[in-house]
Amino acid sequence: MKRKNNAFFRWFYGEKDPYLGKVEMRPQPKYENKPSDLREAFRDSMMRDRIYDAEDNATLKIFQKLYRIAAVLFCLILIGILLVNVSWLPRYGQASNPVNNEVSARYIESGLQETGAVNIVTGMILDYRAFDTFGESNVLFIATVTVLILMRLDKEKKAPAKKGVPVYTKPADELTVAQAHDRIYEPKNDVILQMVAGFLVPIIIIFGIYVILNGHLSPGGGFSGGAVIGAGLILYLNAFGFEKTERFFTEKTYKWVCFFALTFYCLAKSYSFFTGANHLESGIPLGTPGAILSSGLILPLNICVGLVVACTMYTFYALFRKGGF
Amino acid sequence: MLGPNLFTNYGEAVAIILFGIGFSNLLLQKNLIKKIIGLNIMDTAVYLYLAEKGYIAGRAAPIVTNGVQDAAAYINPVPSGLVLTGIVVSVSVTAIMLSLTMRLYRRYHTLDLDEISLRLKKEGL
Repeated sequence: MKRKNNAFFRWFYGEKDPYLGKVEMRPQPKYENKPSDLREAFRDSMMRDRIYDAEDNATLKIFQKLYRIAAVLFCLILIGILLVNVSWLPRYGQASNPVNNEVSARYIESGLQETGAVNIVTGMILDYRAFDTFGESNVLFIATVTVLILMRLDKEKKAPAKKGVPVYTKPADELTVAQAHDRIYEPKNDVILQMVAGFLVPIIIIFGIYVILNGHLSPGGGFSGGAVIGAGLILYLNAFGFEKTERFFTEKTYKWVCFFALTFYCLAKSYSFFTGANHLESGIPLGTPGAILSSGLILPLNICVGLVVACTMYTFYALFRKGGF
Repeated sequence: MLGPNLFTNYGEAVAIILFGIGFSNLLLQKNLIKKIIGLNIMDTAVYLYLAEKGYIAGRAAPIVTNGVQDAAAYINPVPSGLVLTGIVVSVSVTAIMLSLTMRLYRRYHTLDLDEISLRLKKEGL
């Protein structure tokens, strides 16, 4: 594409600074180490050392003792108050307790007909309260993004020194040497771990897929199955190192998987809530309860949630391990 | 003052005591990782409390078996959903707190919160 050559684009690509030469600019005077400044800085640091001297400060020691005593007392009083509350609660395990009201009765009595899910909890969280679950998936996604911002080590864009060993450009205090060289020193040929992982990882991942796909029929669902798959991926990563996992899981994979899963979830559920609220036919078949392809949108939504959770678990581990994917 | 059901509701009582243990960890520990562990103990206490609230003696888990759809056959499904929400939020919060702790450790090379704040003050910040 031909680039337009007007002032805005030249500014945008960083070729021209519109202020340069137009605005009066006076360079700052060069900093000099004056003796008086040094004396002042020394006096300040002496004063701070005296004020914040934690070793022999009698008031501070008394305060710390008082704080510990007060904290223990506070916790004991809190436990006492709450235990008195518990002792006045209705008896445990009774059907007539006020928590067992018409809401749960309604979910149990007509959940199967309305959502098609045999597992009533799945029917509740992915159909009646689907937007709540959507919010949870988004919470996971936002947490990953925040951890990415906090932990990320920037890679140099051009010319890595060696293949597979990126060059990091953050200041040295942010980055211990061990972290920068995590990939060089990681154990690559641990035979026991690799044998066990080669045997276990397929089983773990297949079990996770089973838990996700049977979320509407049996205990489980997107969150638990996704966590199982994430654990399998972490085991694989630990056994075979980042070079193997980067063949199929990079930052791009995470980005697109989460984007498509969350967008599909949002659009599908918005459609079903829109038609439901306006008494329109949604055209989503509920199928026979108990079959694997049944209960309308719950199975695809479970798969979406499972993908997001699996990617999140793996990404948390990778970020904490080395600040990248 | 003490009600009649303290020993019948032993599950809830255990949850409350766990909550107190977690909270005292949060107040008394100086190590940031141990504080996070305390917060996780408090989360666990909340899950236990919710699960206890949803349980009804002698009933099955809320998965329809043999076509029985009587409300008197299953336990309350609502607290299970709430526990799920709690777990997700707790995982996210723990991850963010741990990453902040790692940043602090890289800057100050200690996990002791008192020492970090002391050094902040000595640096004149």
